[in-house]
Amino acid sequence: MSRKHHHIVGKDIRKVDGRQLVTGAPAFTTDFPRPGMLIAKILGSTEAHARIRSIDASAALALPGVHAVLTHENVRGEAAWSERRPDLFPRVAYTRAGQDFVEPSPWDFFLLDSKVRHVGDRVAAVAAESEEVAEEALWKIRVEYEVLPAVFTPEEAMREGAPVVHDEPEILRAADPERNLCASVDVTLRDLDAGFAEADEVVESTYRVQRVQHAQLELHAAVSYLEPDGRLVVVCTTQVPFHTRRQIAQALGIPIGRVRVIKPRLGGGFGGKQEMVLEDICSALTLATGRPVRLELTRHEDMNAVRSRHSMEIRLKSGAKKDGTLTAIEMAALVDAGAYGSHSPTVPTNTGNKNLPRYRCPNVRYRFDAFYTNLPPTGAMRGYGTPQGTFALECHMDEVAERLGLDPVDFRLKATVREGDADELSPHIYEVKKENVPEDERIVWKYASCGLHECLVKGAEAIGWAEKRKAHDAWNAKKPLVRKGIGMAAVSQGSGVAGIDTAGATVKLNEDGSVTLYAGAVDVGTGGDTVLAQIVAETLGIGMEDVTVYASDTDLTPFDSGAYASSTTYVSGGAALRAAEEVRAELLAAAAEMTGWKAEALRLEERHVVGSPGERVPLHDVATFLAYKKKVHVERTVTHVSPVSPPPFGAQFADLEVDTETGQVRVVEFVTAVDAGTILNPKLAEGQVHGAVSMGLGYALTEELLFDSMGRPRNVGFLDYKIFKAAGMPTMKTVFIETYEPSGPFGVKAVAEIPTNGPAPAVGNALHHALGVRLRDLPFTPEKILRAIGRM
Amino acid sequence: LHLTVNGEEKTFRIAPGDRLSEVLRREGYFGVKVGCSTGDCGTCTVLLDGEPIVSCLMLAAQAEGREVLTVEGLARGRELHPIQEAFLDEGAVQCGFCTPAMLLAAKALLDRRPDPSEEEIRRALAGTLCRCTGYENPVRAVRKAAERLRGGAR
Repeated sequence: MSRKHHHIVGKDIRKVDGRQLVTGAPAFTTDFPRPGMLIAKILGSTEAHARIRSIDASAALALPGVHAVLTHENVRGEAAWSERRPDLFPRVAYTRAGQDFVEPSPWDFFLLDSKVRHVGDRVAAVAAESEEVAEEALWKIRVEYEVLPAVFTPEEAMREGAPVVHDEPEILRAADPERNLCASVDVTLRDLDAGFAEADEVVESTYRVQRVQHAQLELHAAVSYLEPDGRLVVVCTTQVPFHTRRQIAQALGIPIGRVRVIKPRLGGGFGGKQEMVLEDICSALTLATGRPVRLELTRHEDMNAVRSRHSMEIRLKSGAKKDGTLTAIEMAALVDAGAYGSHSPTVPTNTGNKNLPRYRCPNVRYRFDAFYTNLPPTGAMRGYGTPQGTFALECHMDEVAERLGLDPVDFRLKATVREGDADELSPHIYEVKKENVPEDERIVWKYASCGLHECLVKGAEAIGWAEKRKAHDAWNAKKPLVRKGIGMAAVSQGSGVAGIDTAGATVKLNEDGSVTLYAGAVDVGTGGDTVLAQIVAETLGIGMEDVTVYASDTDLTPFDSGAYASSTTYVSGGAALRAAEEVRAELLAAAAEMTGWKAEALRLEERHVVGSPGERVPLHDVATFLAYKKKVHVERTVTHVSPVSPPPFGAQFADLEVDTETGQVRVVEFVTAVDAGTILNPKLAEGQVHGAVSMGLGYALTEELLFDSMGRPRNVGFLDYKIFKAAGMPTMKTVFIETYEPSGPFGVKAVAEIPTNGPAPAVGNALHHALGVRLRDLPFTPEKILRAIGRM
Repeated sequence: LHLTVNGEEKTFRIAPGDRLSEVLRREGYFGVKVGCSTGDCGTCTVLLDGEPIVSCLMLAAQAEGREVLTVEGLARGRELHPIQEAFLDEGAVQCGFCTPAMLLAAKALLDRRPDPSEEEIRRALAGTLCRCTGYENPVRAVRKAAERLRGGAR
């Protein structure tokens, strides 16, 4: 596909919010205090599994400066919320997972409940005049727990007679709560037995991945207040303002139209904010007190009671022919859903369907079972189930390559998909069950753009794969204390959720040819506002300074599902593009009318309408003509949904050293070659790659949320939960292989999640190269490495 | 509390136990962030007499008579500091939450070492945690800022 010459798309444009951020101007949720604002605090459970036999808030309420204390006794009955009893809320089961309605996640959570299901689960909420008084009030709430036996692993949870985490009658859409089964899937394509029978080699291995956390720097926070007419406004750290609005309304028993949710600048989300973590209870305190309320989690609460990445045990068995053709792959995941089922039906789905379709193989089976446990709920986290499956599959494929005597890169070149291939698995196990669509009307998920092979080749070149494989082999043969290894992984992801992710955009024309873009889309720090403005500016032939962006306000901007599934550039960008195109059509028609020139020959360029040579009129004049002569004020709104989710593809490579005395790993160089379609803003896209790689390296080497035998968190703080720092990062190289994806605005796909997938398997495979042993259990701590090589 | 903030003499009312970070935010310096309150993340970094410190671990009272620089003190009116310009040019700002801290840490470094090595830059930034950038573009930005400052910018 030829790439037209663009004036803004493809350039390193500065972020539209850049100036605000580098000057420290008020921008984030807690930068906007309100007069009369109360401070809220949550009392979290000290038990992993218990009924609340009694709870007495009287001493807390009596404390001067305390305005409200809410417990499960304030949550009962079915009646909608009313001003006459402002501290009473209906008992309804809901989910906090930020997904389109009807959420696939079980409705298994209550605003406040008489049962607690993990350490840190909500027991009570306080609003007081200061943080000190709120904290003191927490101490004065007397809770009597009837402690119940708890389960802390899926294995424990699925045992016959195991304590039941969700025995409430109101639960909806959990697969089999009496067995603690939250969600499950089992899909087979064609005939596994025949596939294995055909194989020359069959390889089986089991991998384990740990819980990690988003560790975004901005803590979860919300400021809620009432307008004079009683309408509720919530300014909050959300990736999903529209879902949060709907869920607040559902949880509190108030109409959706009486709620406004605003997302200001956001200090990172990575999926942890694709969840209504605290907006419901903060809003409840505002309704109960009539006052503005600010609730901000502590880092301890943020790391424990907010979501974490699903830990899993993944078993793989595959069959291959000597020439590298795969004949059968069977993948099974046992998943920890935690205490509530947010995202548990959907995250583990990706584990299979965003990994297996990367390989050509006719016979495939994927199954997962996600069980409730009494640990904090798992949820959405960058990659959304894909990193877990990528670790398992890419390490496993290295084992297959080794068994066949093939170089890992050569094996991927042979076995992975190409443009024109189809993903058959996803339609089968996809989030939206397409039972009602006849077989022949189902969309075939063909890869219209696939640069995977070029990524493999160029990435290998960039890191010096062939030379380093040989050189490290020679180095290691001398048995030095520090061994060297180089490993890789093939990766893929998605662009938005096909057929579901919905984006709305409005482009409004001003009489000087500048525009205002209203987008529901949610910029979580990624630069979403910036790339949407680039798309609009490119389409209208204007500059970035001519586009003003308003985003993520449920009153002022059109609907958008939110920032997840790598949807902002691809889906929200699609809406912005189409709205801008409609405005362009109006401008060109008006220009033709105004000048008498032929409309078909006209285009927008450099703030002018341009036609044949000599035909050139300032956009300003055309827009003024429309506004004041024609009395037409142009404002176009488009809702965009993509029926497909075209995968970005990539190959990631790690070159490392490992000290056989200390078990310490130093990643020296890391290369990411990625096909994300057209790159709209190279510096921002590269920034996404760097951040994803640092997150992936933490997953590989240093991060794990640990709990004790009573389900209490052991390392919720940056001191003991280790993320990568500036001084520990490898040299990073990024190679963009720009294909053109026809379904994406200007040919884009997505780049935000995919680079998170490769670091763990690339490091695992590099360690195997260095040490000759297979580590199958993340993270690769020094202790595990030393044990694996027999030094401990 | 009497101190100098961004070159201006200030008087604040404080309680004895108030941390410097919360006092500064209360007085409107929202560029001082709070990410952990335990001195681990660095987002509350300010320069105290030119040295980067984590203001969440300092009692406000300890800043009596001292000079504090927050990110709000970098720009001159509408004119951004070269370090701020470099961060914008190099795509070093993503969510921006750790950006004030990085800018101040970079300033403290470049005031001392106008021609720092990559290792020195990384060590200077090591006290600020960032989950968005992988630190790569910020390091490039500090290098570019150092170049421009040596070339006479500002």
